[in-house]
Amino acid sequence: MVYSEKVMDHFANPRNVGEIENADGIGEVGNSKCGDIMKMYIKVEDDTITDVKFKTFGCGAAIATSSMATEMIKGKSINDALKLTNKAVMEALDGLPPVKVHCSVLAEQAIKAAISDYYKKKGVDPEPFVGNIPQCDSCSCNS
Amino acid sequence: MRNIYADNSATTALSPVVLEKMMPYLTDFYGNPSSLYSIGGKAKEAIEKSRENIAKNLGVKNPSEIFFTSGGSESDNWALKGVCRALKSKGKKHIITSKFEHHAILHTCQSLEKEGFEVTYLDVYENGIVHPEDVENAIRDDTAIVSIMYANNEIGTIQPIPEIGAVCKKHGVIFHTDAVQAAGYVKINVEEQNIDMLSMTAHKIHGPKGCGLLYIRKGIKIDNLIDGGAQERNRRAGTENVAGIVGLDAALQLAVDTMDERCAKLIKMRDRLIDGLLKIERSRINGDRVHRLPCNVNMCFEGIEGESLLLKLDLNGISASSGSACTSGSLDPSHVLLAIGLPHEIAHGSMRLSFSAENTEEDIDYILEKVPQIVTYLRAMSPLWEAIKKREAEEKVI
Repeated sequence: MVYSEKVMDHFANPRNVGEIENADGIGEVGNSKCGDIMKMYIKVEDDTITDVKFKTFGCGAAIATSSMATEMIKGKSINDALKLTNKAVMEALDGLPPVKVHCSVLAEQAIKAAISDYYKKKGVDPEPFVGNIPQCDSCSCNS
Repeated sequence: MRNIYADNSATTALSPVVLEKMMPYLTDFYGNPSSLYSIGGKAKEAIEKSRENIAKNLGVKNPSEIFFTSGGSESDNWALKGVCRALKSKGKKHIITSKFEHHAILHTCQSLEKEGFEVTYLDVYENGIVHPEDVENAIRDDTAIVSIMYANNEIGTIQPIPEIGAVCKKHGVIFHTDAVQAAGYVKINVEEQNIDMLSMTAHKIHGPKGCGLLYIRKGIKIDNLIDGGAQERNRRAGTENVAGIVGLDAALQLAVDTMDERCAKLIKMRDRLIDGLLKIERSRINGDRVHRLPCNVNMCFEGIEGESLLLKLDLNGISASSGSACTSGSLDPSHVLLAIGLPHEIAHGSMRLSFSAENTEEDIDYILEKVPQIVTYLRAMSPLWEAIKKREAEEKVI
C-alpha cells in the first residue's frame, strides 16, 4: 500500500496529539472492534475553536487524518469547522487509498461529535447545528 | 539507521549460491526442454536431475511423483481442485481443512463449495494447533481430501502432520499438506510422515519466485489444472521454468544442508526476542512457543493497531509484517488470530517478525530497543489504551 508523502508526514509527526484538560467539547467515534477509535478535544472561546487535540487508536491513515483534521479546524469558527468534510481532509492529504477513505469519514465525525458535546455542555440541543452524525458504514463491525 | 529485513515468511532474498546454479539456465542453456537439440537436452537433463535430488530431500520414493508448478498457490489450487474434481464421480464431495489455512487453500475451498463440494473448516486450538482427533471425527464416507498446513504462515505453529497423516491413512482419505512455510525449517519425509500430497515453493527458502512443486503420491487420481502441452508427464502443461526448477532444488539442498545449525541459531534469537518483548505490559505471543517455526515471532500489543506499528517500524528501518489485514486492503483483522480465539481489538494489534540466517543478534538487540519505544509512543496517543488503563484502575479499587 502506498501512502502519499503528506499522509506519511502527518503519521510520522502528528500535530495536536494529546488531551485538553477541561475541554469544552469531547467527541469519540469508531470502535475497537473495527480497529479505529478517534477522540477529539476542543477548547472554544467566542465561537472560535482556540485549541484542539486528538488521541487515535488506528492505522496510519487514521492517525494522519486526525492530525490533518485538527490542523484544519484550529482557529476556525464552529460554523466553519462544521463545514469540514472528509473529502477536504483527504484532499489536504493528497488522497488516501480507497480502503482508507473511512478514516477521513471518522475524522469528520470526530469533529462533529466534539462540537455536539460542546453544545450539550452548554445546554443547547446540537442537532439543529450539527445534524445527525452518520455511523461508520464502511465495515460490518456494528452488525 | 540499521536496516533489518524481518519478513522472511513473506519472501526471502535469493541466495548467491542458488543464483550461481541458476545462471547457466538463464544464459547458455535457454533451449526448450521438450526439444531434441542439445541445448534443450541440457535443460531437460537439469530438470530431471533436480527432480531426483528434490525427491531425495523430501523422502519421496519416486522422482516421478514430483510435479513442478509456478509456486505454492498453484500447487494448493491444483491439489484440492484436481483431487476433488477427479473423485466427484465416485461420490466424494467433502473436504476437511482448518480455519487458519493460507488463503490459497481457503479461497480454493470456497471456490469448490460453489462447485457443490462441502467443506469442514476445523477449529484451531488457542495455541495454534489442529488436533488429529478432530480430523478423525470430521472424516466421512464421502471425504475426498484432508488439507492441513504443515506450519502456519502467520504464527508459525507446526502441526502434528505425521499424526494427522496416520489418521487419514487409517481411513483411506488423501492427505495434502501446504508445506510452503515449513520446508527448509522442518525435516520433511513424505513416506515416514504419511503425506500423500505436499505443496512447497522456492522463494521462501532463498530460491527464486515463480517456482514450486506439488508432490503427488503414485496412484492418486487428480485432474489437471493447467491443460496444454505434454510437460510434467501430461499433468501440468507449460514450458518448464528451468532456471526456477534448478533454483528450487539448489535452495532446498542448501536449506537441508544448513538446517540444524541454522535452526539452532534462529531458535536462540527467536526466544530471546520473545522473552524480551513479553516484558512489555499487556503483550502476548501468538501460537505455541515450542511447536513453532524457528524463524517466527508473532506478538500482539493491546491498545495499538498493527499497521501504525508496522509503519513506525519501517521508519526505524525494520521491515516487518502485521497480522492485521489492514495492509492487504481488508479492514478485518487476521483470520488466523481470530481462529485461535483472539478478540478483534487485540487481533488488530499484531506484528509478525520472521528471520533468516542473515539476521544477527545485533538485529535482535535493535528490535528489542525500538519496539518497546514505539509501543509506548503509540499507546500514549491511543484512546483504547487510555480506556484499558482506566478499567485496570477501576478493577484495582474493587
